[in-house]
Amino acid sequence: MRGDQINLQNIVARSASNAPSPQIRDGGVEEVTKLIDVSRCIGCKACQVACSEWNDLRDEVGECVGVYDNPLDLTPNTWEVMRFNEYEDEQGNLEWLIRKDNCMHCEEPGCLEACPAPGAIVKYANGIVDFNSEHCIGCGYCVAGCPFDIPRISEKDEKAYKCTLCSDRVFHGLEPACVKSCPTGSIMFGTREDMHELAAARTDFLKGRGYEKAGIYDPAGVGGTHVIYVLQHADKPEIYGNLPEDPRISPMVDAWKGVTKPLMSAAVGLAALTGFFHYAIKGPKEEPEDDPDERTATAAVRTDEESASPDSQEGDRP
Amino acid sequence: MTLRVTRRQFFKLGAAGMATSSMAMMGFAPEPAVASVRHFKLTGAKITRNNCTYCSVGCGLLLYSRGDESINNVDDIYHVEGDPDHPVSRGSLCPKGAGILDFIKSRSRLSHPMVREPGSSEWKRISWDEALDRIARHMKNDRDENFVTQDENGNTVNHWLTAGFLAASASSNETGYLTHKVVRSLGMLAFDNQARV
Repeated sequence: MRGDQINLQNIVARSASNAPSPQIRDGGVEEVTKLIDVSRCIGCKACQVACSEWNDLRDEVGECVGVYDNPLDLTPNTWEVMRFNEYEDEQGNLEWLIRKDNCMHCEEPGCLEACPAPGAIVKYANGIVDFNSEHCIGCGYCVAGCPFDIPRISEKDEKAYKCTLCSDRVFHGLEPACVKSCPTGSIMFGTREDMHELAAARTDFLKGRGYEKAGIYDPAGVGGTHVIYVLQHADKPEIYGNLPEDPRISPMVDAWKGVTKPLMSAAVGLAALTGFFHYAIKGPKEEPEDDPDERTATAAVRTDEESASPDSQEGDRP
Repeated sequence: MTLRVTRRQFFKLGAAGMATSSMAMMGFAPEPAVASVRHFKLTGAKITRNNCTYCSVGCGLLLYSRGDESINNVDDIYHVEGDPDHPVSRGSLCPKGAGILDFIKSRSRLSHPMVREPGSSEWKRISWDEALDRIARHMKNDRDENFVTQDENGNTVNHWLTAGFLAASASSNETGYLTHKVVRSLGMLAFDNQARV
């Protein structure tokens, strides 16, 4: 295992690249999924700490603003946060809904679609969407492209960062750090099939306990996600810290990368072609002899023109 | 040699540069090779089992240190995670345990015995032998002075009430048994651990 590296043949999609990826060894790669059972979470944040520890991230110590959310939002140094929500149901019962918020690892990632830097965002055959910050140009399109508002641009190096689903651990046969640490079994990890089975069992259990609207959050709008939730109130995902009900990649991203990009490319190509033919047919632009009236202009302009005049004559020579 | 760029040439160069960069932005760019994204940081690490020091649950820890115990290397812990073989925690940890690396590396962590002599305001570093001898001496003196064999009604009590003992809550059963035997055989009654602190 020493020196083992990620199998590049495992990358099935990369940003800003139309060249097909090697497919021949894709077969047999099981898709992975992380299951977050919100009903079992106690909000201890062991996952948050394990994430920072594994990824060598230490965010700045913040300030308490009177809620348990800490830090208040994702940052380039905090790739997951717990979102604490107080929800009152129809009967007036208070429920404390705690959702672990991190990258959802979409089957059709909006970030990857929007990214203009070749290879800065890749998707592996096992479903993990990873940022290769070495190739990141810090444009922030991934932030706009993400329906879950996950990537954050670092002020330190102008690059985007987010949860990697511990792709390094997963490629070496381990579960992600957050999954391993969870003391309540709220975060589980395995094949997509196994996690859906487990999620279905938990949903049935919750329904038996009176949560009639319990269900699995695996939004179809982004082709399904490799991080799925079990929610007590699957009909109202927005009460879990604004989890979008039907997340989709912004139509602007589709327009920009889908229609506009080839059109713009064609326009640029056409302009270059027109220029070339114009030059070939008409030849270079003829500069008229210097107008004597301009000689009366300011001294600065005169010096400019004097320095430029020998070369302009040179350039005019056919 | 001075490279002479005329005004016109300068504009041509600029235009060419802008045209090529615009082309690249529009997608007419060569494919860069995608290098491997992440390296696994535990390959080759030495793994040591230990118990979490925080609370009385005593979760199992795996300490990952750099170096293979060869003579020229000083091992250094750089990662900690749960021990899946530990019967109590089975690999999981709470936020304190999951972040214990920063506790191990903390600059304010006490790493050797120290003593503040009576009347002194200075903490002085001493060896473990000195520390244990000193503790034994104090215990013996205090016990000799204050040991009670019988209460006022003549009942045999054999207790020592002027000293207390604070032990680790995360000890194994065997360590806990031995600690208990030592403390109780001295007649000491005040006996607790940090889980209740």
